[in-house]
Amino acid sequence: MKTRDRPSTLTGGQATASGTPRRTRGRRLRQDRAVTWLFLLPALIYIALFFGYPIVKNVMMGSENYTTATFYTGSAPWVGWANYSSFLSSSLAGTTFLNTAVFTVGSIAGQFTIGLAIALFFRRRFPLSGLLRSLLLLPWLLPLIAGAAVWRWILDQDSGVLNSTLLHLHLVHTSVPWLSSPGMALYSVIIVNVWIGIPFNVTLLYSGMQGIPEEHYEAAAIDGAAGWKAFRYITWPALRPVVTVVLVLGVIYTLKVVDIILGLTGGGPANATQTLATTAYQDSFVQFAFGQGAAVNNILLVVSLLFAGLYLRVNRRASDE
Amino acid sequence: MRLTKRRQATSTVIGIGLLAVMLFPVYWMVNTSLQSGNVGASSTLVPLHPTLAAYRLALSQQGGDIVTSLTISCGTVLLSLAIAAPAAYVLAKSRIRGRSVILLALVITQMVPGIVIANSLYPAFDQLGLLNSRLGLVLADTSTALPFAILIMRAFMVSLPGEIIEAARVDGAGLVRTFVSIVLPVSRNAVITAGLFAFLFSWSDFLFALTLTTGTNLTPVTLGIYSYLGGEIQSWGPVMATGVLSALPAIVLLAFAQRFIAVGQLNGAVK
Repeated sequence: MKTRDRPSTLTGGQATASGTPRRTRGRRLRQDRAVTWLFLLPALIYIALFFGYPIVKNVMMGSENYTTATFYTGSAPWVGWANYSSFLSSSLAGTTFLNTAVFTVGSIAGQFTIGLAIALFFRRRFPLSGLLRSLLLLPWLLPLIAGAAVWRWILDQDSGVLNSTLLHLHLVHTSVPWLSSPGMALYSVIIVNVWIGIPFNVTLLYSGMQGIPEEHYEAAAIDGAAGWKAFRYITWPALRPVVTVVLVLGVIYTLKVVDIILGLTGGGPANATQTLATTAYQDSFVQFAFGQGAAVNNILLVVSLLFAGLYLRVNRRASDE
Repeated sequence: MRLTKRRQATSTVIGIGLLAVMLFPVYWMVNTSLQSGNVGASSTLVPLHPTLAAYRLALSQQGGDIVTSLTISCGTVLLSLAIAAPAAYVLAKSRIRGRSVILLALVITQMVPGIVIANSLYPAFDQLGLLNSRLGLVLADTSTALPFAILIMRAFMVSLPGEIIEAARVDGAGLVRTFVSIVLPVSRNAVITAGLFAFLFSWSDFLFALTLTTGTNLTPVTLGIYSYLGGEIQSWGPVMATGVLSALPAIVLLAFAQRFIAVGQLNGAVK
């Protein structure tokens, strides 16, 4: 087994410098090997305790009747697939799956299109472009729940600034129930999540564009390709690996969103904004049906890991290219 | 892309307009926080009669929560750096068995939804008496910060020239001494960047604060904001003031750490 230093160079240096006998070197290598593992061990233990254990525990809880009573009696009867079937046969399951899909696809589509447009815009060099681009990251400094709070205020039906502006400009005749109508709430939540995700998309896409050599554009310009054509034949193909990474990471991050939804609507009205993540939260931490919550969590976990696998595959291909 | 003077000016105008739209919510937060915010009164577009009343109220209601959040975040920074830095070094410079598996695991852990972790941590923390404790939240928040911290520091340490490490080795320094007196000082920027992100992760943590506390005796500021949102909101002034206050540590830290942060490192951590 090899350790971190290359013995050949080290031996040479040491043998001539101080004539260290072989035995000492062997001891030092062994010592180093032990220290190496000591360096790594805390991290490995941490990962095992805070990722390994929770995932295994969650898989088990998904098949247990784990409730408040379990905390007192310590007994969680094995129920097999009952938690899954009771969730899947409930009327909430369809809503939850549909909401999760619409929320994810809508958020990603919005974030990506707007993010790409802004990134392309900032490729131009103009006064203040650097400053404006970094200011765009300002919302990142807000905790998500604070972002949700200000949007809740902006979208407030009675006194929010959005409705009062729309009414003032006579664009609408009655105030719009952005967050309080079951038909609209999900779209409003998507809009907020798009707002939150734009800086991430701009940053990654912009840095991807910086990697495209200027000569490619100059050569294309000679052939008469500029504007849309330059985008279609140069920017887009060169950016494709970055695009895939941005999209897949976007899906993974969107699937886990809880803060924004709980802050804006709490999953309501009438479960209109309930996703897999918030349903799992409600089951476990509001209804105290931890087994049921674990079952929903496991479904969420499988979906997330599928995309994680996809990410690893495209990322490997992207770095091979 | 080079543009003519006139198109440059147009671009700047468009850019400012774009930013105004994107940053409007941030502006609105600050704007509302500076208005008296009497019951039922909606805010004016600019704070015509700016007052700090909302901040006074926010500080009296949330001041303690801000201190709680600061404590937890600092704890998370220390714990995650202490665990991550040695691991990052080994993963960058040693050829140990299973290194690629560990790296893969670190990437995947960042993709596990927090609610999955919280669901299992709650019963475990209940048994260990870690619910409603700062230590419990530090431990939970470190789980979010750690993989990222390891990856970001490793990305930097991989590029450290082998010569400076070998030189120390030839001088007889062991692994520990090489790490402490050579690698850490040289990697200062990466360590600061990792620490900054650990702070931000922990500071803005909402999910663990929500799930791993049960009462009102321990409420980080994110939970304080959420508790405002839970009830019928009488006045948005204090809510928005708390929002602004909740962004301050990040702004201060970033202003301080800005010159140490190499954005290039971020790419290494993402990939």
